[in-house]
Amino acid sequence: MKKPLPWHIVVFLAPALLIYAVFSAWPLIDTLRLGFYTTSETGSQHFAWLANYQMLLFDSDWSESFWNAMGNNVRFFLVHMLIQNPLGLLLAALLSMRGVRGAKVYQTVLFLPTLLSVVIIGFIWQLILSPLWGVSETILTAIGLADWFQPWLGQEETALYTLSMMSVWQFVGIPMMLIYAALIAIPDEIIEAAVVEGASAWRIFWTIRVPLILPTLGLVTILTFVGNFNAFDLIYSVKGAMAGPSYSTDILGTYFYRAFFGYQSQLGSATLGAAVATLMFLVILAGVGVYFFFVQRKLQRFSF
Amino acid sequence: MQHKATRYAGSAFTHVILAGYSILALFPIVLIAINAFKDRASIFDSPLSLPNSESWSLIGFEKAMKNAHFFSFFGNSMIVTVTSLFFILLFGAMAAWALSEYKFRGSRWLLAFFAFGIMVPIRLGTVSILQIMVSLNLVNTLTALVLVYIAQGLPLAIMILSEFMQQLPKELKEAARCDGVGEFKIFFQVILPLIRPAVATVAVFTMVPIWNDLWFPLILAPGEETQTITLGVQQFIGQYATDWNAVLASLSLAVLPVLVLYMFFSRQLIRGITAGAVK
Repeated sequence: MKKPLPWHIVVFLAPALLIYAVFSAWPLIDTLRLGFYTTSETGSQHFAWLANYQMLLFDSDWSESFWNAMGNNVRFFLVHMLIQNPLGLLLAALLSMRGVRGAKVYQTVLFLPTLLSVVIIGFIWQLILSPLWGVSETILTAIGLADWFQPWLGQEETALYTLSMMSVWQFVGIPMMLIYAALIAIPDEIIEAAVVEGASAWRIFWTIRVPLILPTLGLVTILTFVGNFNAFDLIYSVKGAMAGPSYSTDILGTYFYRAFFGYQSQLGSATLGAAVATLMFLVILAGVGVYFFFVQRKLQRFSF
Repeated sequence: MQHKATRYAGSAFTHVILAGYSILALFPIVLIAINAFKDRASIFDSPLSLPNSESWSLIGFEKAMKNAHFFSFFGNSMIVTVTSLFFILLFGAMAAWALSEYKFRGSRWLLAFFAFGIMVPIRLGTVSILQIMVSLNLVNTLTALVLVYIAQGLPLAIMILSEFMQQLPKELKEAARCDGVGEFKIFFQVILPLIRPAVATVAVFTMVPIWNDLWFPLILAPGEETQTITLGVQQFIGQYATDWNAVLASLSLAVLPVLVLYMFFSRQLIRGITAGAVK
């Protein structure tokens, strides 16, 4: 007995499957393949096994800037983990307290920057921090910190952290909203029981609410990780593909762009770009793997 | 007595932090907006004051409107975003329905295949995407962007919608089937109207990244005819970096559509994000 082919299922699935397979899944697989090829000067591609990777990781012309970009990207991520996510937790905790007047208004305002284009945010902060305009100097003088002012975006030591903070300023709304949603989902009875027992608000927060939202904190972490190791727009629109001053703001996204399209006298190469993309893929895959195999499993046990 | 005092102190602390951060969130946007309406001298002399009758000037807006192909960029972004969104929602809902309603061999694998696309950014396949677009002759067309954005948006749409569809009451579909209604009619006339709230959530989540994307417009459609507003603003400001009036005005204009939309939809948006929580 053979069942007839369920045509309606095929029709429902075909458009999504086709577009997703052709323009997302296949390019990714093909990129992994291309990473094993090199491009000759005539433009023909031939199989070269690990030549690209050897060059990127061990040839000092490329590897120094690769590891520089990787290190910067790690720092970029750490700033988000140490400032953006704790700040998001703080704001969410305050918003979720009972009887905070205007909580809806605060939510609306605090979430607004996440909706704006990174390009626009980049330019706005660039103008504000610009010594030419002097707005930040005026403000710092007004609060008595005139000596603090420096051209933060122009100095090698501070540029990357300044850009990271701009990104934190823009995206803090996302962890805030996700954590807020998790906090208000905690059943009231649990909290009330603790209040009756005489636990302080501080203690309730750390020993009851935070453990209950650990899965959300794990999710926020992995979203931050994937977003940061895939970032490009902000650095490109403020600093250009060269990620200056002297590559101090270079991250994997801008490095990928330069390897692919070239810069100055260095010609771009699709195959070398593919190799960089493969390395980024491995980094992201490692992060996602750690999340699923360790964090997620352990956290699920906690939440039951 | 003391208890009350602590509570007031706690509440004051809460408002100081929330209001303080709200000011920090709004300040940059307000600053750009008020200076966009001033003449050049006042922008530098008194950046923090509101425009008054002396400093009022619209020269920046005039320049931005004249020089940049502002309206065509805006139109391009609208076309790309709306078209992508339409197909993401339609194809996503169809696939989600197939995966959540019918049990067939490999359906779990297909779901996992789509789920992969949520975690792994489509940007990593850019090298091959560009090659495909070159071979299809689609470079510098809006179609290229639409195709990529559909592929990018489908995984999340399918996940959210199929989860929502599983919660629909079985009786509705069974009743329709007993009446001899075909599977397509059930989907389009019974199911689609029922999933509207979830569709709205998906729409918002999908729309914002497409509207704001810089990467794919820069690589697939950098030509003047096909630039989106995000890329257009980026290039325009790069060119006129020293013309502060034009820069401030074009930034304000670029923020405006998002701001207006947000004023209307912020309620739904925030409810959509927190919806999972209110069970």
